[in-house]
Amino acid sequence: MSAVIDTDTGHAGHDHHHGPAKGLMRWVLTTNHKDIGTMYLWFSFCMFLLGGSMAMVIRAELFQPGLQIVQPEFFNQMTTMHGLIMVFGAVMPAFVGLANWMIPLMVGAPDMALPRMNNFSFWLLPAAFTLLVSTLFTEGGGPNFGWTFYAPLSTTYAPESVTFFIFAIHLMGISSIMGAINVIATILNLRAPGMTLMKMPLFVWTWLITAFLLIAVMPVLAGVVTMMLMDIHFGTSFFNAAGGGDPVLFQHVFWFFGHPEVYIMILPAFGAVSSIIPAFSRKPLFGYTSMVYATAAIAFLSFIVWAHHMFTVGIPLTGELFFMYATMLIAVPTGVKVFNWVSTMWQGSLTFETPMLFAVAFVILFTIGGFSGLMLAIAPADFQYHDTYFVVAHFHYVLVPGAIFGIFASAYYWLPKWTGHMYDETLGKLHFWLSFIGMNMAFFPMHFVGLAGMPRRIPDYNLQFADFNMVSSIGAFTFGATQFLFLFIVIKCIRGGKPAPAKPWDGADGLEWTVPSPAPYHTFSTPPEVK
Amino acid sequence: MGLLLWSIFSQAQAAWTVNMSPGATEVSRSVFDLHMTIFWICVVIGVVVFGAMFWSMIIHRRSTGQEPAHFHENTRVEVLWTVIPLLILIGMAVPATRTLIHIYDPSESELDVLVTGYQWKWHYKYLNQDVEFFSNLATPREQISNQVDKDEHYLLEVDQPLVLPAGAKVRFLVTAADVIHSWWVPALAVKKDAIPGFVNESWTRVDQPGLYRGQCTELCGKDHGFMPIVVEVKSKEDFDAWMGERKAEAAKLKELTSKEWTMEELVERGEKAYLTNCASCHQPTGEGLPPMFPALKGSKVATGPKEEHLNVVVNGRPGTAMAAFGKQLSEVDIAAIITYERNAWGNKVGDMVTPKDVLTFKQAQE
Repeated sequence: MSAVIDTDTGHAGHDHHHGPAKGLMRWVLTTNHKDIGTMYLWFSFCMFLLGGSMAMVIRAELFQPGLQIVQPEFFNQMTTMHGLIMVFGAVMPAFVGLANWMIPLMVGAPDMALPRMNNFSFWLLPAAFTLLVSTLFTEGGGPNFGWTFYAPLSTTYAPESVTFFIFAIHLMGISSIMGAINVIATILNLRAPGMTLMKMPLFVWTWLITAFLLIAVMPVLAGVVTMMLMDIHFGTSFFNAAGGGDPVLFQHVFWFFGHPEVYIMILPAFGAVSSIIPAFSRKPLFGYTSMVYATAAIAFLSFIVWAHHMFTVGIPLTGELFFMYATMLIAVPTGVKVFNWVSTMWQGSLTFETPMLFAVAFVILFTIGGFSGLMLAIAPADFQYHDTYFVVAHFHYVLVPGAIFGIFASAYYWLPKWTGHMYDETLGKLHFWLSFIGMNMAFFPMHFVGLAGMPRRIPDYNLQFADFNMVSSIGAFTFGATQFLFLFIVIKCIRGGKPAPAKPWDGADGLEWTVPSPAPYHTFSTPPEVK
Repeated sequence: MGLLLWSIFSQAQAAWTVNMSPGATEVSRSVFDLHMTIFWICVVIGVVVFGAMFWSMIIHRRSTGQEPAHFHENTRVEVLWTVIPLLILIGMAVPATRTLIHIYDPSESELDVLVTGYQWKWHYKYLNQDVEFFSNLATPREQISNQVDKDEHYLLEVDQPLVLPAGAKVRFLVTAADVIHSWWVPALAVKKDAIPGFVNESWTRVDQPGLYRGQCTELCGKDHGFMPIVVEVKSKEDFDAWMGERKAEAAKLKELTSKEWTMEELVERGEKAYLTNCASCHQPTGEGLPPMFPALKGSKVATGPKEEHLNVVVNGRPGTAMAAFGKQLSEVDIAAIITYERNAWGNKVGDMVTPKDVLTFKQAQE
């Protein structure tokens, strides 16, 4: 990617002057949105492999009943770290990476609005995750209280390393908030003339809304971990009933952050898929305006449904009813989006290159995750589903084929623009099918064991759950191993391959396809005309 | 409809169970029906939406020479697919609300049981009956560590089940002593979080005698997966007989406290009680799992003065995982455990703590 600028001979000297610096310091000091986007994406992929390897430990232990490989203490650290790393280290940074790369290209801006802050918000992440992961090697072990870290298990009864965990969460929060401010500032201030809000690609729209969600809820997360810090070290009793506090308060504050957080992890994928499906259907997106409003409606509803994670904590009947109805309402705007995607494909001229395969699988499997979500919203039924593997199946269906397939689809869709080469289509399709099979094999049986009564976060289980757990583990190993193929495909694509034209997909639309492939180090120094 | 599906699946081998069980109470059956209703609605919506998608993917391919259409909005269709889902949701909300209101029925119960979650066991107290006991995992460690074959109820068996009368409305008052737990018995459709400092309420009425098994469903630390629940429902007569026996045992335990114990008797009883109550943290070898769970073998407390040892066991160590066992265990068991700890694994203090000592110690604190 570094050999980018020498192609345009007419301006070679000029471009050299503004080209990337040489060596390591290019990456440390860079304020270029493409460099920072690349770093975010690589960082996210490393975290994906690390969090994934923890999932492999979990699935290996659950391969058979009985304790074979790890002890319960370590198992709990694995489930906790897997969740934290995947949420904060893999999915969120991947979307910030995509935003960095694509939002300026999509709105015709020369860079992100706040480039130095951009650099800082990236470099906080390696620090935060080094700190978090290092706790695994401390005496007493790392965080072992689940990624939802309910008090008082995470305060009075936590290992000593919890303080480092709190500091790491603070760093991640600062990074996310700065990233979000940057996205909003870029979208609101740096759009090319003529690029009105309702002409923006949906990826830009969904990211704008996501950024507002981030600014609204990351401080809440910071607040809740700070309250924990106070309880642990400064004698307060926010979450300690013996001191007049309330352990349930923790859950209210956490889920006020946590529910919008799950939409933070899916809305940008909605946006990307809304570019990819029209491109490979060769037909404009159906219902653009309703897509924008549906996204906004989902974002609004995400703030008033948090207690559906807490149906069993003993909230009063009217509270249960309110949160049940509000949660069910989310199905309406989500349904609108799914219907719009299907209508976009309807009577199109479809082809199934790798990005389209991932996008179509996204729509189908995310909808299945939506169905189980609707079932979970029904409070009386949730008493049976809550904290079982049914929930694990549900959120993996919305996160893996949702967020992660959305990221894969985006990566294949824009790789030609990033690298200047076409990726290997055969290998890409192989990656898709292996991921698709592995993922379904891993997560579909979890619905069954959950309904049959297997609680989540247990290292060992009764024999009646054994068969499906073995199937799940085999599926998970398949999915995990397949991701090295993705790494190979990306490296192969960076190093060479068929040169990509400026617009490699004949049905694609948008400003990013008007610049050459690979995208020059500096783009849109003069704003483009948008009609 | 749901029951029909259930009867089909129940033919299949238990190990490949794919669905919820309708359970053993009126509430659990109505929850099951609700579950199946919503499930079938989702299936129908799925068939329609995915049907349209697959139709499009097969017919509207470029390879079949398909020219793309150009439509990109249709207000009437968009209003329709906003309103229809809304109506379906209202259709779902009606039975859900009805079931929920039934579950929140506050009418008087015939029996009240206080359920308390501890790391990692359950405590049951029959209110106004003077009967209470702990319910611990009964699966032997050799099965967990794969040294012997696992039996059918592996990890779902306890030393003393909660016993309830059939046909009576039983109210559960659920709380916890340390961290949050959650008391779940699928066949009763009762899942309630046990929260330290708060008392949650739930109820059940089981028609048929039988054994119903469940587990803790809120991550509560190391042995979260090893604190099962077993509810034994007996006919009213059998339940009354059982309650009579338990009351007699409670009276006998009081007698035991005043009895003169020998060192051997205490160590023997202490070893058993230690394995049930202490070994999951301090380990059967007394070596613990430092630093969270310190070793007792050669420790200052277990080889030092009796009073401090008593103090730690009875009052716990606030701010650490060491719970206060003063209220959890009988005087006899506390005395036996302390005596055992002072004289096991190479600890050779040679002295003993009697149940009377424990009682005196506790009374001095009050």
